[in-house]
Amino acid sequence: MTAATSPGERIAVPDAGRMRWALTDCLTIVGRDLLHLVKQPSLIAWQLGFPIVSVLLFVYVFGSAMDVGGDADYVSYAMPGMFAMTMAFGFMNTAMSVVIDKERGVTDRFRSMPMSPSAVVTGRGVSDVLHAGLDLVVLAAIALIIGWRSNRSFLATLAAFALLLLLRFSLIWVGVLLGLLVKNQEAAGNLFAVAFPFGMVSSVFTPPSLMPDWLGAIAMWNPVSATANAIRELFGNPLPLGDSWIEQQSLLMAVVWPLVITAVFLPLAVRKFQNLSS
Amino acid sequence: MSPKHSIVAEGLRKAFGSNLALDGFDLAVPAGSVYGLLGPNGAGKTTAVRILSTLIRMDAGQARVGGVDVARDPRGVRRRIGLTGQHAAVDEILTARQNLVMFARLFHLSRADARRRTADLLAQFSLTEAADRQVKGFSGGMRRRLDLASSMILAPEVLFLDEPTTGLDPRGRSEVWDAVRRLASGGTTVLLTTHYLDEADKLSDRIAVIDNGRTITEDTPAGLKRAIGGDQIEVVLSGAEDLASVAAVVASVAGTEAEIDTDALRVHASVSDRVGALTQVARTLQDNGVHVEDIGLRRPTLDEVFLRLTGRPAVESVAAPSSRRDVPEGARA
Repeated sequence: MTAATSPGERIAVPDAGRMRWALTDCLTIVGRDLLHLVKQPSLIAWQLGFPIVSVLLFVYVFGSAMDVGGDADYVSYAMPGMFAMTMAFGFMNTAMSVVIDKERGVTDRFRSMPMSPSAVVTGRGVSDVLHAGLDLVVLAAIALIIGWRSNRSFLATLAAFALLLLLRFSLIWVGVLLGLLVKNQEAAGNLFAVAFPFGMVSSVFTPPSLMPDWLGAIAMWNPVSATANAIRELFGNPLPLGDSWIEQQSLLMAVVWPLVITAVFLPLAVRKFQNLSS
Repeated sequence: MSPKHSIVAEGLRKAFGSNLALDGFDLAVPAGSVYGLLGPNGAGKTTAVRILSTLIRMDAGQARVGGVDVARDPRGVRRRIGLTGQHAAVDEILTARQNLVMFARLFHLSRADARRRTADLLAQFSLTEAADRQVKGFSGGMRRRLDLASSMILAPEVLFLDEPTTGLDPRGRSEVWDAVRRLASGGTTVLLTTHYLDEADKLSDRIAVIDNGRTITEDTPAGLKRAIGGDQIEVVLSGAEDLASVAAVVASVAGTEAEIDTDALRVHASVSDRVGALTQVARTLQDNGVHVEDIGLRRPTLDEVFLRLTGRPAVESVAAPSSRRDVPEGARA
């Protein structure tokens, strides 16, 4: 039998610097997420279900009717688009994890503890990027099987995957903010209705230059298009571009967009977390 | 502010939009006691707990928890408290042990200490057998005990329990009650909110009744019951025809007005001389040849206390949570 520890005999807690705790706490949160992954590896399959089904649809059902211009084959055009779309829709997973913790009261528990206040948000960020890396490995394997190739150097290929993770990283803060704002899991699921056109009105599956002018303009400025086009360039995949300025700047915009999104949404997400319902 | 009090709040105010959740709320919880906050949904109980546990900021007022100012040093407060909210705030996918180790690490215990403390708590809350099972399969009572264990990692001076037994079956409730009693006997100060009157009655050393964001009265459970008129003499009849005459007898003996419950065929009144009144009423009724189903003395329930103090029954307001002032926007599902 163990006697209850009375409040008199305090449990000693080492007093380290704030920075060190911010780091340790962040790692603890990441560790928790990795445990989730180990306990239910099927989670990855579920989360990748949508991109995989849509790529099979687009390549094998619509693919034969798809003409993206020139003699480009559709698989090589669509695969980088699918990578970018998966990264873009990833914020839904972030929002879902955040809202589940909020609903179950886990967020309140964290906030009532003397842990580093930023660690919950940054820990979410780190584990979501790890998660996204795993997603990309699975997707790249599928892409290779159905005939996609990177035609450039190893470094260029690596740079392309880094840009993909950068897009995912920047949208984590959007996901955290939305997860804190919506009421429950159902409402978080409904976010998909907003996310779907955001992912589709882009260069992911069709070149914007083939869309009606006004829609094409929106698609060209979509951050997802910037990343999709930039990685097509880095992979050496077909890249049928219009002659608009924005499309010529894909590589630049694939870096600028995520930085802008992070600069806007990271502070908002952290603030919302610290001031929940006050 | 007395050092003998673990929680002191003075004039707390908090509004959500145009909704005034707390309106000059005062509280003084003696160290080492179990203190019940009793009130209907929307009375402000949860808001008070959320402010005292540093989750939200007050608009005005002062509060100290474990001697630390809530507004000035929230981190200091967080080292001294445990919080168990309305949901069992544990990770469903992890095992009980993994949950406790994770929380212990976030309380900055070393890896070895976290494991040791986890083993202690698992034993203390009778979860050792289930330690390595996923929480997903736990019963409501087990989840709550794990939830309580997570709040007790630093053996906090003050434990906040916000409606700890809501949604539990009777067995789960008694499991949680036992756990709370054990914690209190170990010296932890417990602030408990509930809208179950029997829960406040059974667990608390003192009770504050809150309504509309302020404390309307504060006493021991026995004191509260005494305050609204002490013991009651109660006569139950088999037919309605004698109700009025019996009420007259009871009233003349008790020296106060007797209340008649026509549905239950019951007459009752407060009495001070308990046994004397009982014998006298029984004898008079027997002499008058009135047939009595039941006669006896009883203490008023907290339901009656609540009705008397707020002018409306506690249970009804619980069933109709129309004024959900207790629920800060987006705070819960």
